[in-house]
Amino acid sequence: MTTPIRFDPIRLPPALQALRAEVRAFLAAEIDAGAFDPDAAGTARGYNLEFSRRVGARGWIGMTWPRKYGGGERSYLERYVVTEEMSAASAPVRAHFVADRQSGPILLKYATERIKAEVLPRIVRGECCFCIGMSEPGSGSDLFAARTRAVNSNAGWRVYGTKVWTTEAHHSDYMIGLFRTSPPAKDDRRHGLTQFLVDMKWPGIKVNPIVDMTGRHDFNEVVFDDVVVPDEYRLGETDLAWRQATSELAYERSGPERFLETSYVLFDLVRVLGEKPDLRGAEGLGRLAAQLHVLRRMSVSVAGMLEQGKEPVLEASIVKDLGTVWEQALPARARDLAAFAEKDSLFEQRLAYATNIAPKLTLQGGTSEVLRGIIARGLGLR
Amino acid sequence: MEVYRTSAALSTPPRPSRLAIRMSETSNLAADTTRRIFGDFGDPQALARAGNEDLRASLWRALEEAGLTRAWVPESLGGAGASLADGFELLRVAGGFAVAVPLAETLLAGWLLAQSGIEVPEGALTAAPARAADRLAIDGAGRISGSARAVPFARDAAHVALVARRGDRAVVALVARARCGLEPSESQAGEPRDMLTFDAVPALALAEARPGLDEERLLAMGAAARAAQISGALEAILERSATYAGERVAFARPIAKFQAVQHALARLASETAAALAAAGSAADALDGGEAPAEALFLEVAGAKIRAGEAAGAGAAIAHQVHGAIGFSAEHPLHRYTQRLWAWRDDFGGEAEWAARLGRMLAARGADALWPLIASR
Repeated sequence: MTTPIRFDPIRLPPALQALRAEVRAFLAAEIDAGAFDPDAAGTARGYNLEFSRRVGARGWIGMTWPRKYGGGERSYLERYVVTEEMSAASAPVRAHFVADRQSGPILLKYATERIKAEVLPRIVRGECCFCIGMSEPGSGSDLFAARTRAVNSNAGWRVYGTKVWTTEAHHSDYMIGLFRTSPPAKDDRRHGLTQFLVDMKWPGIKVNPIVDMTGRHDFNEVVFDDVVVPDEYRLGETDLAWRQATSELAYERSGPERFLETSYVLFDLVRVLGEKPDLRGAEGLGRLAAQLHVLRRMSVSVAGMLEQGKEPVLEASIVKDLGTVWEQALPARARDLAAFAEKDSLFEQRLAYATNIAPKLTLQGGTSEVLRGIIARGLGLR
Repeated sequence: MEVYRTSAALSTPPRPSRLAIRMSETSNLAADTTRRIFGDFGDPQALARAGNEDLRASLWRALEEAGLTRAWVPESLGGAGASLADGFELLRVAGGFAVAVPLAETLLAGWLLAQSGIEVPEGALTAAPARAADRLAIDGAGRISGSARAVPFARDAAHVALVARRGDRAVVALVARARCGLEPSESQAGEPRDMLTFDAVPALALAEARPGLDEERLLAMGAAARAAQISGALEAILERSATYAGERVAFARPIAKFQAVQHALARLASETAAALAAAGSAADALDGGEAPAEALFLEVAGAKIRAGEAAGAGAAIAHQVHGAIGFSAEHPLHRYTQRLWAWRDDFGGEAEWAARLGRMLAARGADALWPLIASR
């Protein structure tokens, strides 16, 4: 058998540097206007609806989507430039980013024309926040263990159960949820799950906050108590959600946001090491920069392959595994390398925050273990 | 001249690969020919065994006859005129066969001479200096002095292509290896990494280096070549390790069925992918020629650092998966892993490149780091 893993040496076309300059100018103006504090770095990376509206007004949400839904019909590489600049600047993209990255593309593929016409333009304008209803108290990495039920009835699908670790659910207009519509098949436990679009304002939905170990409220528990979901809101074939998941994962897994979440620590490290670092500092910095450079080349390569209409699912898993392990290790590396340098409180504060969030980086959006399982399958081992 | 020609003796198709990990779909004649020739001749065990010098010599002849040893020499100078990218791809393929032939070195020397309009002699060549700190001097009469450490395959080369200094100007020169002093030394893989000493050695030919061509550029080309070879050798040990894990039974099942082994192999695949991407990107950047100096330095340093790290991590995983048999002289795994270790050191190791890259980035300042990384 042959399983190709490919990373074509793809470059961003020079013309995209104009777009990059636009994004940087926009972010500089946002910072000047006080929309977010770049020195807050990690903590700035949050929900800011006004900011998202202004990003939308620039045409930087739904960039690759069809014009008829408000999209820009631009390339994945153009979207890549916007995403990486926002990530490197720790911009507050939470109000639109999930919808832009994965919910919108799912709707484009599976939603009815009416829903597409209603929801997609709102996402593009930056006024519609999405959350993802996958994990449950008894189902994290093992998605197929999901037990939240959607029962077919005359009124539509009636949903009962609980989703958990749902980021930004308390700000979200919609969730794309994975619900059990049939029991698992004897010979295929993946069978029986269906994706739905859920309006978070529907009766019977309760959102309970979960405060994380940094003290922030990003996560939530979402309880469904007899929530009626019209069949029009079903996304894709009943019971066959597992078949739909694959190509979406390539978008979700390989983007620059998967290795830049703690990147401010690296920029801070350069500052505290100064213009003439000692050999230890220079060597450590050089390695980190080389590793980041190669991760980015791999990630750009996946974006380029997506642009060519390919589905580099395996490559995307490799980028996410290497990328998240790297961004997780970065705070510890920076702490070590700065040990003998003159540190300022900005460095200390942001390092402390990055150290605190590091554990989640190899959990969110697919754990390292799940990713390695996917890679092993790609190698023909499973 | 006819290049990459197929002879009847070389027509056996290569064993189909179980894992086809490729940088590019673009079929590359030089790489395909390399694969075929090594596939015919290049069993690393057979070649390594004593008494098989004849086999190694016939492999080398086949590479020469196919024009591969002069891939980077333009047709006007009697070479194959392959692009830099095609040449690096050829070296990636060759790296997957772990054979002790000075293919990369001869390519590198041919490139250096041809860049300077110097006719490229027949036979195996090598290039110097191969260490960042080494410098040679050339006097007004064209005599070279100084020493160059760890010159790969120096003792096997008939000629040495080198960069030397006349004042602050770089000069490219060709010398007969026999006129140089040679202190033998070996790499981790037992391949020659000799010290050459030059005591007023007369140049057979010389030319002022064109702008941008100097010791640094030679080192960068050497580093990118080793990164390409490393990526090819990692592909080979990934395939061997995955195959072995599927065959070796322990606790009543193939060890590939154990999650611990699967995850180890997944990490080996990721390291291989990183080396491929790093080396491929550097090759592309050198080939394109339009990258600004600092972006090019990031590409080359990034490739040598990351491929070197992948070589160390990947070799360790391959040995762990193979168990005791992989540690035996009889098993071919060490032919690859010892070369992976050795190639890390050639033309500057990870730490050396990292320190230079780190100094450059620090001098540019914190605000300039991201713009450089995102510049291409």
